[in-house]
Amino acid sequence: MTATTGTQRMRAKQRPGDRIFSSTAVGAGVIILLTLAAVTIFLIVESIPAFTTNPEENPILEGQSFLSYVAPLIFGTLYSSLIALVLATPLAIGIALFISHYAPRKLAQGLGYIIDLLAAVPSVVFGLWGGLVLAPLVQPLYVWLNENLGWIPLFAGQVSATGRTLATASIVLAVMVLPIMTAICREVFLQAPRLHEEAALALGATRWEMIKMAVLPYARGGIVSGMMLGLGRALGETMAVTMVLSASGGVGFAILTASNPSTIPANIALSFPEAYGEGISVLIATGLVLFVVTFAVNAFARYIVSRRKDFSGAN
Amino acid sequence: MTVNFKRYGAVAAMAVAGTMLLTSCAANEGTSAAGSSDAPASDLAGDISASGASSQQAAQEAWVAEFQGANPDVTINYDPTGSGTGRENFIAGSSAFIGSDRAYKTDEIAEATFGACAPDSGIVELPLYISPIAVIFNLEGIDTLNLDAATIANIFNGTITNWNDPAIAASNEGVELPDLAISPVHRQDDSGTTENFTAYLNEAAPEAWTNEPDGVWPLEGGEAAQGTSGVVDAVKGGQGTIGYADASRAGDLGTVAVQVADGSFVEFSPEAAAAVVDASGYEEGRTEGDLAIALDRAGAEAGTYPVVLVSYLIACEQYEDANTAEVVKAYLSYIASEEGQQAAADNAGSAPISDTLRTDVEAALELIS
Repeated sequence: MTATTGTQRMRAKQRPGDRIFSSTAVGAGVIILLTLAAVTIFLIVESIPAFTTNPEENPILEGQSFLSYVAPLIFGTLYSSLIALVLATPLAIGIALFISHYAPRKLAQGLGYIIDLLAAVPSVVFGLWGGLVLAPLVQPLYVWLNENLGWIPLFAGQVSATGRTLATASIVLAVMVLPIMTAICREVFLQAPRLHEEAALALGATRWEMIKMAVLPYARGGIVSGMMLGLGRALGETMAVTMVLSASGGVGFAILTASNPSTIPANIALSFPEAYGEGISVLIATGLVLFVVTFAVNAFARYIVSRRKDFSGAN
Repeated sequence: MTVNFKRYGAVAAMAVAGTMLLTSCAANEGTSAAGSSDAPASDLAGDISASGASSQQAAQEAWVAEFQGANPDVTINYDPTGSGTGRENFIAGSSAFIGSDRAYKTDEIAEATFGACAPDSGIVELPLYISPIAVIFNLEGIDTLNLDAATIANIFNGTITNWNDPAIAASNEGVELPDLAISPVHRQDDSGTTENFTAYLNEAAPEAWTNEPDGVWPLEGGEAAQGTSGVVDAVKGGQGTIGYADASRAGDLGTVAVQVADGSFVEFSPEAAAAVVDASGYEEGRTEGDLAIALDRAGAEAGTYPVVLVSYLIACEQYEDANTAEVVKAYLSYIASEEGQQAAADNAGSAPISDTLRTDVEAALELIS
């Protein structure tokens, strides 16, 4: 026995199993950090030529500055993701509430399962569906919106004849981020203290009032972190946007026209096959920008979650 | 009794299996010897890596399959990296030959040393993949429209916005044009189809289309879609849409008959596309094996279809390695042959080259060594 003299605490004996487990756990953690570092280094090193060489000679920039090239792309990425979030959040909260507080137990389980299945559908399939089925389907609706609500800048402009607009891309993105948001909201709602709910009901609250007073305030942090995770997915989505969106340039808030800004991932996917030389560096540099944006979004989500640590079910 | 039978049975089975194994070995040797002596199919061997234009992908797949079938020891890897990357690879020396949607410019040839070739070697550029580009549209009940280059340019640059515009009606008497907004669809990605289409607009209608030919669509606005299939789907999916795509993909969409120099209107066809290449002649100031076509899009005669994509196969005159030269030469000769061109026509919908062009290509191929 080793001497455990004085104020030293008792140490548990290290058995081989302990050591193996702790070193694999540490190893796994380190690998994640290394991967992230490797990706960061790759992005930074590969994108340096985009800034150091003359934009006049760059096959993609063709004379314009990198900032003016990437700015519309950042706008397109953030704008489409934001619309997707606006569409998906109420829906996700509604579905989650239905599953946690309204639906009979059996139905709730089945429904939750189906929503989780949505997350397993590959984005290419969403892209095909969005471009071939959804776009022609909603196009008449866009015409109607434009005719009747065209005074709102959102619905202004010449309506696209094919329906492959920012609005359609955002709807597809909303469907894609729905599962993760719903799953997180549902978990948070289920964790609302039973006693609070019963107290509210005992005081004569209707079910809606009970949810409003006892569940939603408690779950606010969880809802926000779900939104942020969904936003992260929407920002990085590539295939669906590439296949649905008619990105022909032009920065504007109108979402029903054929002229839309592209998003960073879609632009990389479209331009990479024919890119060469410093053009590749420019595309990788836009990837770096997206990396930073996504990082910021995730950091922001962490911050919100940690600020409401006591009330969030996600920590 | 049964045990004994089993044991003997096993021994017998092993004996039978053993003899079969031996005889089959012998039989194998016999046939393979006979095979190689009977038909010395080809003594070509080697791995060739190539890259370049994705427009040639379907054709290259057919060519490679046929060629490797005839020459079992040859492996050709055609990587459809895109023309720009292909041209870089050829200069860097990582591709023995390339496909490209345009020939090297003369100053590029003067500046570059081609890593794939022997020092001071020239290059051969062969227009072996010719494909008509159809201008497709979706209007109910209308299968074909007659349009001149200026009108097409004005439609795509957004000057003409409605199908009942007088400029369209003027060349389409008797066709009931609807009062419907025009939605032009273009390629979202960098492509040789766009480059050749904009080159046509720029040359045949310089006042209406002032942008330089480019693989990237130069204008803002309009509908954009990914790839040939994306454009075709977008045109199909909307009403009053118009786009441009490889003619083999036009399907049952309406197509435009293009006005040529003498005022007549020509529908696309493989023959008409090959004819315009023949009528155009070669660019000036090029070497003997450099068959860069000076495509005469503006002055196309009757019966020739000026909206074509001409894609080149580019190789060295002299290779460092004699074996590489031999395989590349044989492969390109196959592509230029009637059956090679027919294979591309069947699989990719391209236009087979004419016999006149084939004669020149064969002469150029003789330079490869």
